[in-house]
Amino acid sequence: MCGIVGLFLKDKTMETQLGAMLSDMLITMTDRGPDSAGIAIYGDTAENTSKITVQSDTPDMDFNSLKIDLEKQVKGDVNLRVQSTHAVLELALDQVNSARLALEDLRPNLRVMSIGESLEIYKEVGLPKNVAARFEIKRMSGSHGIGHTRMATESAVTTMGAHPFNTGSDQCLVHNGSLSNHNSLRRKLRRDGVHIQTENDTEVGAAYLTWKMQNGSSLGEALESSLKDLDGFFTFVVGTKDGFGVVRDPIACKPAVMAETEQYVAFGSEYRALVNLPGIEQARVWEPEPATVYFWKH
Amino acid sequence: MNNNDSGIPRTTPRQSATFTQDINSEIRRAAATGIYDIRGGGAKRKLPTFDDLLFLGASISRYPLEGYREKCDTNVTIGGLNAANPIHLDIPITIAGMSFGALSGPAKEALGRGASEAGTSTTTGDGGMTPEERGHSSKLVYQYLPSRYGMNANDLRKADAIEIVVGQGAKPGGGGMLLGQKISDRVAQMRNLPKGIDQRSACRHPDWTGPDDLEIKILELREITGWKVPIYVKVAGARPYYDTTLAIKAGADAIVLDGMQGGTAATQDVFIEHVGQPTLAIVRPAVKALQDLGMHRKVQLILSGGIRTGADVAKAMALGADAVAIGTAALIALGDNDPKWETDYNKLGTTAGAYDDWHEGQDPAGITTQDPELMKRFDPIEGGRRLRNYLKVMTLEAQTIARACGKNHLHNLEPEDLVALTLEAAAMAQVPLAGTDWWPGKSGLF
Amino acid sequence: MQTYDLANGSLRELNATLHAQNETTNQTSWEITNPRGAHAIACGLDSPIEVAIHGSTGYYSAGMNQQATVNIKGSAGPGVAENMMSGKVVIDGDASQYAGATGNGGLLVIKGNASSRCGISMKGINIVVHGNIGHMSAFMAQSGNLVVCGDAGDALGDSCYEASIFVRGSVKSLGADCEEKEMRPEHMEILRELLLQGECDAKPAEFKRFGSARTLYNFNVDNAY
Repeated sequence: MCGIVGLFLKDKTMETQLGAMLSDMLITMTDRGPDSAGIAIYGDTAENTSKITVQSDTPDMDFNSLKIDLEKQVKGDVNLRVQSTHAVLELALDQVNSARLALEDLRPNLRVMSIGESLEIYKEVGLPKNVAARFEIKRMSGSHGIGHTRMATESAVTTMGAHPFNTGSDQCLVHNGSLSNHNSLRRKLRRDGVHIQTENDTEVGAAYLTWKMQNGSSLGEALESSLKDLDGFFTFVVGTKDGFGVVRDPIACKPAVMAETEQYVAFGSEYRALVNLPGIEQARVWEPEPATVYFWKH
Repeated sequence: MNNNDSGIPRTTPRQSATFTQDINSEIRRAAATGIYDIRGGGAKRKLPTFDDLLFLGASISRYPLEGYREKCDTNVTIGGLNAANPIHLDIPITIAGMSFGALSGPAKEALGRGASEAGTSTTTGDGGMTPEERGHSSKLVYQYLPSRYGMNANDLRKADAIEIVVGQGAKPGGGGMLLGQKISDRVAQMRNLPKGIDQRSACRHPDWTGPDDLEIKILELREITGWKVPIYVKVAGARPYYDTTLAIKAGADAIVLDGMQGGTAATQDVFIEHVGQPTLAIVRPAVKALQDLGMHRKVQLILSGGIRTGADVAKAMALGADAVAIGTAALIALGDNDPKWETDYNKLGTTAGAYDDWHEGQDPAGITTQDPELMKRFDPIEGGRRLRNYLKVMTLEAQTIARACGKNHLHNLEPEDLVALTLEAAAMAQVPLAGTDWWPGKSGLF
Repeated sequence: MQTYDLANGSLRELNATLHAQNETTNQTSWEITNPRGAHAIACGLDSPIEVAIHGSTGYYSAGMNQQATVNIKGSAGPGVAENMMSGKVVIDGDASQYAGATGNGGLLVIKGNASSRCGISMKGINIVVHGNIGHMSAFMAQSGNLVVCGDAGDALGDSCYEASIFVRGSVKSLGADCEEKEMRPEHMEILRELLLQGECDAKPAEFKRFGSARTLYNFNVDNAY
């Protein structure tokens, strides 16, 4: 049970303000989710470069010398950018897989938050304002982003239980609601070799979408089939490298408000989250229909 | 050839333990009617209960208190966390929510009279607040239910506390039912329904879902009532750890936790017997949730579902509850299922003690009915006196146990005062099996 | 006229001030500025005052309203005018889900669109929506009238009781036990009056009426869902 915010910028001149706007939206949703917060930012990309965002409970120990150790392993340049408990590793696109495997050996305590050319995910336990401050989200720029504040229902309040979940390269998902068949679905996906780390229902939703896409579905098709295969109450907001999508379950009880102007498309669990956006008074504001996939692309 | 003449011993007819007479008669009933069995009351199946726990008492290592002479307090304050006017009760035994509609007006009046004389609260139910119960209840908890029958701000402001009902032990995940026989003119008017229809209440609240929305609903109710009265949240004993945690996070001042022995006016028998957890099993996870959030004794836990005696009260409190609520037991105290109406029960095809068709409105005791003739059988003043007596006895019993354990307040009973008679009870209550220092799962999660 | 700026004051103080008008009603006109989507604004009013809210509100604005006239000059969040008893609530923009839920009386006017579950479990309230309404509207509606000048979403009037639903546009689908009903002169009269009160210039003759088929009123296996 949670608060969701999302912002997809059409107007490139606003990109430097993305982090500031998203932080404000995220903090407004504190009441809906005081346990943990997270944000996915689609920022700069460099040609043939990918990013791995990792988190550590002991960043001083883990990140120190990580660059050197990793460069030795992948035999290439690695750029290390540390942000509190998180670090973004930038490296050649074709070295991502070997780097990921190498990380498991080099720093088994590190948790991979996200992998993608553009995507960086930051999430931690704690109040949204503290999480936003810790990662200096306000200073981040990008083309679109998704934030989440969590009130844990059944699974643990941990960093790994926080949203957004990375569902595949440059893909992420946040969720508000409670899935009622996630245990069986987790078992099924695990039997099919899908790696699921937590007992969190949303991670299953995210893994489901990834699995669908790995088996040939587009994101839109995967979302469509989620309406059939996932039971329970959900509002999902998803991000891709150049896109932004929303889907609600057929019952659609959990709140969702969207706003669109010439400059942006915004999502909030409540209208409150949107009130500081520029031109909101004149925006087209509506609630997404149940069982309907919405998608925007750059 | 006739077996009797053959001289060969005959096998005694053997009833199936799977297809019992009960089951077979239900199959025949379902086949004949095409509708599931609807009834009142709580689970009738055998369940692990507080009866499987015993108090240790005091001797040389602990010192008992003298009955009648040395004080053993029983008072409890509910809802002091956010409310300007928390509820102060003399005894930790409250009357659970039962609707006007399910019960007659005089029965609601009697509950108010008895509870007030004993220094405790009573609770409305689905269907709104009646002048009878408000007038005769010194402390009245107003239930805020999914159906919102009879809900209005005036009554809300007359309440001493508001209880947001999310679930009920008899039917976690289900709504209430009131069949046409009991939708009298007055009930129909209060609920704004056509007379005589079979009414089904909603299972979810119409304007919120989940703890994030509940937090906002609680804010609205506090704003309407000026932050004066406590807000309780009632949940069925289904996932007590999570539900208690989330109710606290949403801002509840008290949690009412109802086990599967808890009664209902009417719902599907399959719901009553097959959904939920026994009251014994739900206390410790709920108390753990309160403790994990540092809210034990700040947010009160009111336990209900099959509480019958002062021993049950003492055991609930030893496991960490702050108070209990009784429903079925209060109705029996008023005279429900009394053998003096045996002839009438027989006419209905049942017997005293087994009568559970509360929804049909033909209650021989005149309590769970809207029939004016049957209602005349019940005297609210006499009923109130009987309830008062019963509440006093339960309190004395609980005090007797507490004193024997050396406690000057019921709240000082603790799990270490208990042992369990069975492995099930030991596991569920997380107290040692008698004669050992062990219970199943002791090194586990809790 | 009194003005209260929520940017500089608290919700508690605002509502306490409005509630205090219950006894002294000489300050009959209130302007609330900077609502910024806040919840529970002007809930629990019980006096014939007029409150204008300049901006959009969050959950449960004008909840449980009695007597007062509340005008939201923006859009309203979930559960606006929930359980209203009397008075009038007018929303210039759109209303989120559960508008007028369980309302017992009074008039709710939504000049934009209403989202899902508009008039859920309504118990006597009248609701006039100038635009469209979302799915599951008038679910378990008991009594009162829901007037929709635009289109209705899926499962309109599911399991409704004796409420009347009037729709001018299309109905995506009817809910369980909801059917189209004959529009008799008395219904035209109710509709004419509600359109007038709701400041809507639609013609009663353009509407269709929907209500309960009453097959769920008594338990019957053949009508089970």
